[in-house]
Amino acid sequence: MAMTMTGEYQLPASQQTVWDKLNDPAVLKACIPGCESLDKTSDTGFAAVATIKIGPVKAKFKGNVSLSDLDPPNGYKISGQGEGGVAGFAKGGATVKLVPKDGGTLLSYTVEAQIGGKLAQLGQRLINGASKKIADDFFANFANAVSPRSP
Amino acid sequence: MSVTGIGAAVRRKEDRRFITGTGHYTDDINRPGQASIYFIRSPHAHAKIKKIDTHEAARMPGVAGVFTGEQFAQDKLGNLICGWTVLSKDGSPMKMAPHAALAAGKANHVGDAVAVVIADTLAQAKDAAEKVVVDYEPLPAVVDPAKAAAKGAPLIHESAPNNTIYNWHLGDADATNAALKNAKHVTTLEFINNRLVPNAMEPRAALAEYDAASGSLTLWNATQNPHVARLVIAAFVGMAPENKLRVIAPDVGGGFGSKIFIYPEEVVCLWAARKVGRPVKWTAERSESFITDAHGRDHVTKAQMAFDGEGKITGLKVHTTANLGAYMSTFSSAVPTFLYATLLSGQYEIPHIYCEVDAVYTNTVPVDAYRGAGRPEATFVVERLVEAGARELGVDPAVLRQKNFVKKFPYQTSVASLYDAGDYHASLAKALEIHDYKGFAKRKRESERNGKLRGIGFATYIEACGVAPSALVGQLGAGVGLWESAEVRVNPTGSVEVLTGCHQHGQGHETTFAQLVADRLGLSIDQVNVLHGDTDTVQFGMGTYGSRSGAVGMSAIVKALDKVEAKAKKIAAHLLEAAEGDIVFKDGKFTVAGTDKSAAWGEVALGAYVAHKFPTSEIEPGLKEGAFYDPTNFTFPAGCHICEVEIDPETGEATVVSWTAVDDFGTVINPMIVEGQVHGGVAQGVGQALLEHTVYDDKGQLVSGSYMDYAMPRADNLPSFHVDTTVTKCPSNPLGIKGCGEAGAIAAPAAVMNAITNALGTELIDMPATAPAIWAVLHKANKMPRAA
Repeated sequence: MAMTMTGEYQLPASQQTVWDKLNDPAVLKACIPGCESLDKTSDTGFAAVATIKIGPVKAKFKGNVSLSDLDPPNGYKISGQGEGGVAGFAKGGATVKLVPKDGGTLLSYTVEAQIGGKLAQLGQRLINGASKKIADDFFANFANAVSPRSP
Repeated sequence: MSVTGIGAAVRRKEDRRFITGTGHYTDDINRPGQASIYFIRSPHAHAKIKKIDTHEAARMPGVAGVFTGEQFAQDKLGNLICGWTVLSKDGSPMKMAPHAALAAGKANHVGDAVAVVIADTLAQAKDAAEKVVVDYEPLPAVVDPAKAAAKGAPLIHESAPNNTIYNWHLGDADATNAALKNAKHVTTLEFINNRLVPNAMEPRAALAEYDAASGSLTLWNATQNPHVARLVIAAFVGMAPENKLRVIAPDVGGGFGSKIFIYPEEVVCLWAARKVGRPVKWTAERSESFITDAHGRDHVTKAQMAFDGEGKITGLKVHTTANLGAYMSTFSSAVPTFLYATLLSGQYEIPHIYCEVDAVYTNTVPVDAYRGAGRPEATFVVERLVEAGARELGVDPAVLRQKNFVKKFPYQTSVASLYDAGDYHASLAKALEIHDYKGFAKRKRESERNGKLRGIGFATYIEACGVAPSALVGQLGAGVGLWESAEVRVNPTGSVEVLTGCHQHGQGHETTFAQLVADRLGLSIDQVNVLHGDTDTVQFGMGTYGSRSGAVGMSAIVKALDKVEAKAKKIAAHLLEAAEGDIVFKDGKFTVAGTDKSAAWGEVALGAYVAHKFPTSEIEPGLKEGAFYDPTNFTFPAGCHICEVEIDPETGEATVVSWTAVDDFGTVINPMIVEGQVHGGVAQGVGQALLEHTVYDDKGQLVSGSYMDYAMPRADNLPSFHVDTTVTKCPSNPLGIKGCGEAGAIAAPAAVMNAITNALGTELIDMPATAPAIWAVLHKANKMPRAA
């Protein structure tokens, strides 16, 4: 099943700082909920492992993440696909845009994703809420990571 | 009628174990050394299987084996089959594509099994399954049956161009077209008969054991027909010779058709048990049932009914696209053809009928028989058209029906069925009276005063049951005969065991079959045991589906009882020192006509076994007889259901407020059980009409795959039913039985939708008529109540 999500976050950091952190595997790994590893495989590619729980389905996803449409420091597209074993699969992408605003940076995103297998079968009613929460958690973590207070 | 015999509302013998938790289902059975199997299923609706890496999984704790579809293919076993060959209009046979029990190379629906893990425990098997890496290459999927045959649609099977299984037809196209052309009025409707998930209470299960010493396999299986399962697995899959394969169907918790079929899982369990040298058990989880149990219905239909100036139906033309899913299940070909088009005359004299059916593959779970199997779909077509026609013509729908009813029997329809007996006026008249049809206008006004919309709908349905005359179904393409067998085994003390090839999974055979025997032999039902469901115990039989167990299975018992009685009379004649022709058997007693000399049933039974008093050179000792009964025609149960609904226009919610069912099932053995069958059938039919909906997204993901999204009917969705019967006996079997198992599910969807469309004043709404769907119709029609 397919879904789309959009959102905006006002981040307390400069556009360049936000851009740098968005390209830093260590920051991304710390911010992606359930991410166990995120290893750079090329300039724009990563191998990722993340455990995700949606309703009754919990699965460890292994997959590839790649960056494209790079437009520093204005944004990029981050795409990924992962196999969650018997839980099914997920694939999708997020277009991220950065605009300076109010002394910080406004990050806006559009996510398009598809899931299949048990996740789609059992999680249908939960998936939008759960996905939104994963996105919110990610950006809350990310906002924290880019804020000047953080080390 | 005796206290426990035919016609008595005896409580079910089997319910004691069912309601005290002492039933014995497949999952309750455990064998020494047993392992658990877990099926790894495709999350894609359509995908190439490029590679499966099992190395890590094989090293996980407790794992006894990890096997893929490739390995299954290497053993060169046969495919699963569809056992009924349907020919296209041009005479070409249906395109039955290969269906391996484990997919190799390509997965064709979400849930298609591609590999298995066998381990000491289910938890270990699941953990190891997480380590199996399947490299899929997703392919475009086709889901909508209306688009499956379109140019450019993804091809599922090489052997079925355009995803088309057959283009079949029945009836006279020219005469029907002429009838439509010359009609005074033509009613046209298009509808979708929604796809249903069967949802038996007990999920499917299989336990397979291999005995290396004898080279034989035993399969415990939640199946409706153990002998047919054995035959297919032995003769077509080639798992083992028939005499080396025992199939046991213990207590089975509901089937509704979905446990007729031979599925991949039982085949794989047998294969794996031999591979690992241990018993292997599988019990479906509910989410597995949703994506592997054969679904029901799924028709897209356009139909036209022609009327003359007098309101007589002069023709019916139907085109249906039937979605059979990714593979052809065991009886899938027959459901939208011979079990569908042959019933399109309904209870009416329709001189010309023409029906075309295109069956297609899609990347969805296979579709096969589900309670009613083709007949609910046919009834829906006919009864929706008649009701809509009555509205368009401005005629009372009851009157229009009466005008067109078949009145003289036997009646040869224009779609092959030969109706043997019935009285459609009687069931309609009784239903109108019980329902207080005359009071509807008043009730409607009351509803309106309360801000509610009220509607009434009829379904005067017919079904063909008692499947089936063997030669006839053979001509139509069936791979088997559909007779039934029975053995009546009298013990020396006079108690009786009945062995039947039917199988009960909720029908109450242990009670009704015992009632038949008790009635005939003058026994209590406690003296009669009914044995079924084990190929080692019971002679060959065809199982239970299509409301056949009464009409066909009990007729076989009657035939065996005839033989038992004939032999017992011979023995009684010797015991009573009288001529055989003078022996009268009545109420459990053998009497010499015109004398007071008699022998009780028990005395004769004992006499048969001690064999002291008759010449064993002429009469064999013992008292045990078997019979095979082949019906001469289908049976034709029919009836009238009336549904009344009330709709809240604020929310769109439809409430079924009253229900009247007057059915003609012929002879009724146990009225309580029959009433229960009607209740259950109506509940399922109301479920289809109002609640149940199987939804795939356009990628082939089942998004209504759990009870969070798939709504089953519950008690509060149903009113208290008024259930009654009229009786015309079926002339083609000795008991006059017609069958009752499917009637409710056949009548109900049409009755509900006729009531809802009556309330809404539009025909344009499909099943399920959920609150949002009704609200949308009302909103579009601008009938929404305005704020004061």
